[in-house]
Amino acid sequence: MTLAERIRRSRPVNEGAGAWLAAGSVALSLLMLGGLLLLIAVRGLGHFWPASVALVELEDGRQLAGQAVRELPLPDGQGRERLYFTGNRDLDGGVWAWLPVEEIAAQRHPADLVVLERQRWGDFIGRLVAVEPRETEDAPGQSDPEGAWMQLQARLAELETLREARETLERETIRPLARRLEDDPDNVEARQALEAATARVTRQTAAMEETTLVLESVAGDRFRQPLDAVLAASRPNAMSTGEKLGAWTQGVWRFLSEGPRAANSAGGVWPAIFGTVLMVMLMSLLVTPFGVLAAFYLNEVAHQGRLTRLVRIAVRNLAGVPSIVYGVFGLGVFVYGIGGTLDDWFFGDSLPSPTFGTGGLLWASLTLALLTLPVVIVATEEGLARIPDHQREGALALGATRLEMLTRVVLPMAVPAMLTGVILAVARAAGEVAPLMLVGVAKLAPQIPVDGDFPFLHLDRKFMHLGYHVYDTAFHGDDVQAAMPLVFATALLLVLVILVLNLTAIFLRHHVGSRHAMTAP
Amino acid sequence: MGIEGMVNPPVIDFPREASCFDIAGLSLAYGDTPALEGLTLRVPRHRVTAFIGPSGCGKSTLLRALNRLHDLDETVTQRGTIRFEGQDIHAPEVAVDELRRQVGMVFQMPNPFPMSIYDNVAFGLRLQGGLTRRQRDDVVEWALGAAALWDEVKDRLGDSAWSLSGGQQQRLVIARTLAVKPSVLLLDEPASALDPISTLKIEDLIRSLKGQLTLVLVTHNMQQAARVSDYTAFLQQGRLVEYAPTDTLFTNPRLAHTENYITGRIA
Ligand SMILES: Nc1ncnc2c1ncn2[C@@H]1O[C@H](COP(=O)(O)OP(=O)(O)OP(=O)(O)O)[C@@H](O)[C@H]1O
Ligand SMILES: [Mg+2]
Repeated sequence: MTLAERIRRSRPVNEGAGAWLAAGSVALSLLMLGGLLLLIAVRGLGHFWPASVALVELEDGRQLAGQAVRELPLPDGQGRERLYFTGNRDLDGGVWAWLPVEEIAAQRHPADLVVLERQRWGDFIGRLVAVEPRETEDAPGQSDPEGAWMQLQARLAELETLREARETLERETIRPLARRLEDDPDNVEARQALEAATARVTRQTAAMEETTLVLESVAGDRFRQPLDAVLAASRPNAMSTGEKLGAWTQGVWRFLSEGPRAANSAGGVWPAIFGTVLMVMLMSLLVTPFGVLAAFYLNEVAHQGRLTRLVRIAVRNLAGVPSIVYGVFGLGVFVYGIGGTLDDWFFGDSLPSPTFGTGGLLWASLTLALLTLPVVIVATEEGLARIPDHQREGALALGATRLEMLTRVVLPMAVPAMLTGVILAVARAAGEVAPLMLVGVAKLAPQIPVDGDFPFLHLDRKFMHLGYHVYDTAFHGDDVQAAMPLVFATALLLVLVILVLNLTAIFLRHHVGSRHAMTAP
Repeated sequence: MGIEGMVNPPVIDFPREASCFDIAGLSLAYGDTPALEGLTLRVPRHRVTAFIGPSGCGKSTLLRALNRLHDLDETVTQRGTIRFEGQDIHAPEVAVDELRRQVGMVFQMPNPFPMSIYDNVAFGLRLQGGLTRRQRDDVVEWALGAAALWDEVKDRLGDSAWSLSGGQQQRLVIARTLAVKPSVLLLDEPASALDPISTLKIEDLIRSLKGQLTLVLVTHNMQQAARVSDYTAFLQQGRLVEYAPTDTLFTNPRLAHTENYITGRIA
């Protein structure tokens, strides 16, 4: 066979198979990625959709109200059973009910069923009988569900305003006053002001506790519910799609903007979002200068001998060290070592309760900065190596010193590579959970690390993190089943936060890079 | 190919002119590979001196030795002396950045910085400092004019230098070098990547500069050497073979060897 023949024969076959294989694996990867995102998006976001409430009548005459969750075949293969979320933990002791489908005699969706989100005991599902002042003892008269529902909505709106007013008062008046008193216990004026403010809060709280709801489950149990423990109320069966969409938006917004409740099994994740983003930004601020300086030293200053090569290999290998090892290092060196020393020197008054000698925002950021240092060094070094020598020589030939050459020509040209390094670092750091558990992440840190108190950014505070929140919600609640949608929603959010952080860095790089056409001459 | 010129001492018809560079016994090696061997020659002040010779004979190496660019390369070893206006450039009291400002260099490949046209030309000026904005603007305009580029770029000084054509980039690099007012301009095949028209522009530029500057030109183009230079040195395998006024060298070379090269009988 001549060479030409061989080429003609083998070419199309190989290329075809190779191309199909490559395209196939790309498609498969994309499909898996898409499936993953779709799963967490559907399960996470679906949770906020106000599901309609079914009133189920069983063959034996029992009645039950709940939201259908899913259906499975019975273990013996005889028919199917359906899971309902029924709420009312205070009445029934549980919130779930498995019902065999055959035993369901009828299922309706009456418009007057309400779902109340409460601070304690979780959701209530049932009927609203009346809205009353607290101390009326007489049995509720003629029930007027429509009227009561209107009244409830009005009261909830009032309650919201009251809550806000109370929070503002606490934040802006009471806390600063209390701090002033701490520093200066004899300040009569401050003490009086504080007492007045506290009295106002007490009055407002009393006003909030004034109203009670009379509720009735579909099984007929009637009880009183203080209004101030009700967070939200809805009648999903009476809602149009538009209203449901509104409620969904509101639910998502509350998830994003509020703090967690009920041991993280309900409520929102705002402190965790904030903690994650803040920690990643601090980490970037710490890792960039160190990484860039190290890369400059290795590539531009150090004698390119065996030692430098060795250091370079070591740095590349550091990127492969398991992250938990960095956590252990951070705990030993930053928290106990440096933090403990800082406490001894500067925070002796508050010992034995540690200030910096325990996990916190600063130590977590530093640990992750260390973890991502190799990534930044390697990316920057690669960028530096790509800068042609004649650019450096051009600067020197104009009388630039080495330092001027590095800062004015090499550094600006290395910026895109540096930012690539930071992007990779952010991507790695934002998803890291294991080391954080050792050096500062908290299950619940209601105080976010930034506030109006000097020094505004509290590096010693513990913080919440979306990744850890996923873990905690999924495994540490008492009702994992109920928390599952939140796990998915939080996971989705983590992906989105990382995406946004990355896009920011990419935008930055593009913005910096496109000032001059970066096609090397 | 036997080269008798290598063993014989070089034929030097040295100009009776004030010298700018005085090179004596210069040998240079990259690691174990010698690139220059025992080079002795003088570069006259305010004239154009051309270095010619086959590829790899050490022309660029010699040029880079003149402004100490080899300092950067740790593998380079060097012997002999180079005097610039009587001063040994390797003497400890010589500030290398000042030397490099005085001895400007234009490289084989145009190497504008990734900045605007204006910033490229102002680069050296900003390093020195001490100029007001107005003064700097004036110098930039003058340098671009001297490099015959002003008319082409005066309306787009803020554009990226990398958006210019190769020929324009090379002239920009010359302008950038001229802006710091060097007394010597080293040109390493400045026209090798350029079209004939850009080449002519650069040659005109060289001619117009030679009254005020000492120019050293490396070129593979015999016509170019003949057209613009006053003196020509022929190098081969790191040694000086023949050095004479350009007219003499091209019309009446002393060595058959030189003649062969000039007439294209040796690659
Ligand atoms: N950085 C370097 N490291 C090692 N050897 C080098 C280096 N630069 C040049 N050389 C060698 O030194 C010799 C002279 O090179 P030089 O670049 O001075 O030649 P040249 O005359 O400029 O050639 P050309 O006309 O092709 O540009 C060549 O043999 C080359 O291989
Ligand atoms: Mg060369």
